[in-house]
Amino acid sequence: MSDKPVTRRNFLYITTGTFTAAGAASLVWPFVDQMNPDASVKALASTEVDLRPIALGQSITVLWRGKPVFIRRRTPEEISEAKAVSLDDLPDPQDDAARAINPEWLVMVGICTHLGCIPLGQKGEYNGWFCPCHGSHYDTSGRIRKGPAPTNLEIPDYVFLNDNTIKIG
Amino acid sequence: MSDNYVPKSAVGKWFNERLPLLDLIYGHLMPYPTPKNLNYFWTFGGILTFCLVTQIITGLVLAMHYVADADLAFASVEHIMRDVNYGWLLRYIHANGASLFFMAVYIHMARSMFYGSYKEPRELIWIIGVFIFLLMIATAFMGYVLPWGQMSFWGATVITNLFSAIPIVGESVTNWLWGGYAVGSPLLTRFFTLHYLMPFLIFALVILHVWALHVPGNNNPEGIDVVKGSQDTVPFHPHYVVKDLFALVVFLIIFAGFVFFVPNLLGHTDNYIQANPLQTPEHIVPEWYFLPFYAILRAVPDKLGGVILMVSAIAILAFLPWLDTSKVRSAKYRPLYKQFVWLFFANTIFLGYLGAQVADGLFLIMGRIATVYYFAHFIVILPLLGYIEKTKPLPKSLSEPVLTKEEKEMLASGATT
Repeated sequence: MSDKPVTRRNFLYITTGTFTAAGAASLVWPFVDQMNPDASVKALASTEVDLRPIALGQSITVLWRGKPVFIRRRTPEEISEAKAVSLDDLPDPQDDAARAINPEWLVMVGICTHLGCIPLGQKGEYNGWFCPCHGSHYDTSGRIRKGPAPTNLEIPDYVFLNDNTIKIG
Repeated sequence: MSDNYVPKSAVGKWFNERLPLLDLIYGHLMPYPTPKNLNYFWTFGGILTFCLVTQIITGLVLAMHYVADADLAFASVEHIMRDVNYGWLLRYIHANGASLFFMAVYIHMARSMFYGSYKEPRELIWIIGVFIFLLMIATAFMGYVLPWGQMSFWGATVITNLFSAIPIVGESVTNWLWGGYAVGSPLLTRFFTLHYLMPFLIFALVILHVWALHVPGNNNPEGIDVVKGSQDTVPFHPHYVVKDLFALVVFLIIFAGFVFFVPNLLGHTDNYIQANPLQTPEHIVPEWYFLPFYAILRAVPDKLGGVILMVSAIAILAFLPWLDTSKVRSAKYRPLYKQFVWLFFANTIFLGYLGAQVADGLFLIMGRIATVYYFAHFIVILPLLGYIEKTKPLPKSLSEPVLTKEEKEMLASGATT
């Protein structure tokens, strides 16, 4: 700070400037926020799925928040295969138990963590999922094993409402 | 203050040497010599620019959520009001912004009329202004159709049917406008396209308007020529930047008052009912800013005649610089014109009042009288006044009218000694 005395004019400049900046910022916010997910989108933020029609070894894909969610009823072989993998072999180490509340049911967002394509089921070198866009291989727990994707397939928040129904979101 | 902009930074210098854009903007906003006596009526140019930019920005954002389809439009507007984050605010700013835009433009035009700003050498500024006004009318009308409420639909029906008054080809022209045999989805989609386009055309015309203004410089309340750079002018910045900003703040308080407290005051409740092609609302009126012209339309008991007269009421403005034969600009020095111009303003407001009433009986008769007076002002009163009016002597400079007798004598004696 200089030695110049603070004048009435300095005070007016600073208070006016501050007030204007605060006003402008608060005016800009609605124009930014209008592009965020709106109330009608948020209202669709959860999806309930009836699991009864899904047979052992079968997958379905449901839409949740506009994204595909894979629900796979895994076979005992797939489960044991997933559990047998050593965490040291994984680029993104995660235990299978942490990825499936009920080992029989694998629920995950069906979007490749690389650049957003939908991986194909029961394909690839690890008998899990394979992304055709850039060749990422996922195992039977949806964990990344090989290819450019950085992380495992995302597990959404979901709960078992009862034995036959889950609620995603 | 220097006339040329000298950038302080190296990047600024590099840029300005290759493209003197900053120079151009600086020249028009900072040292631009402005008469020192401009009153608050001269702040509406700045206010109108603000209005245009506000409408463009809010409109751009609304277009991200709006759907131009006869089946979906009404619901999409309700979606904006209820679901979209701050959608209610954006839409209320846009809707009330249109009204305030017209309020400001009418004051701006009235100021030009009162102080003779349209006269030589500023005719072209005025004419460009009339074209801006025309585009504003078209834009506002099309914008009002987009929510697809009852007033939107029937407003669109009535106005597009005006074209059916054209002899022989009228029906083909209206069918062409509609893209069908009645107002419907094709019309809505094309109105949306044009409503989106026109503000940018207005913006281009505004640039021409300001450019043309900055050639002769501003008129002023005395209506006399001032010598640029003389004692009669001051640089635009800071004098008029601050004055314009102050006026803008006052304008914004009124604007915010409408948006936050009475957002639907200037609209019509029937427009919250979805368009129904099978039923016309009981009482159909346009937005308030079209009412005087609507009254002129209804004053004529002939379809084609009404349309011609309504269009003429706006078109005649473009000829104002030549219809007014007086050489004296400001009404301050024209005792007769001063009374007639006030009468003209009152008559126009009265026409607006009549436009909102049922076109029947006494209202219809008064509407006809007011319509005749509206045109008489332009084609009888103004041309004659130039010849019969005895104008007051004009001051030699802007300082002269505000000086006291002693000061004038001092100046006079100072000049001789």
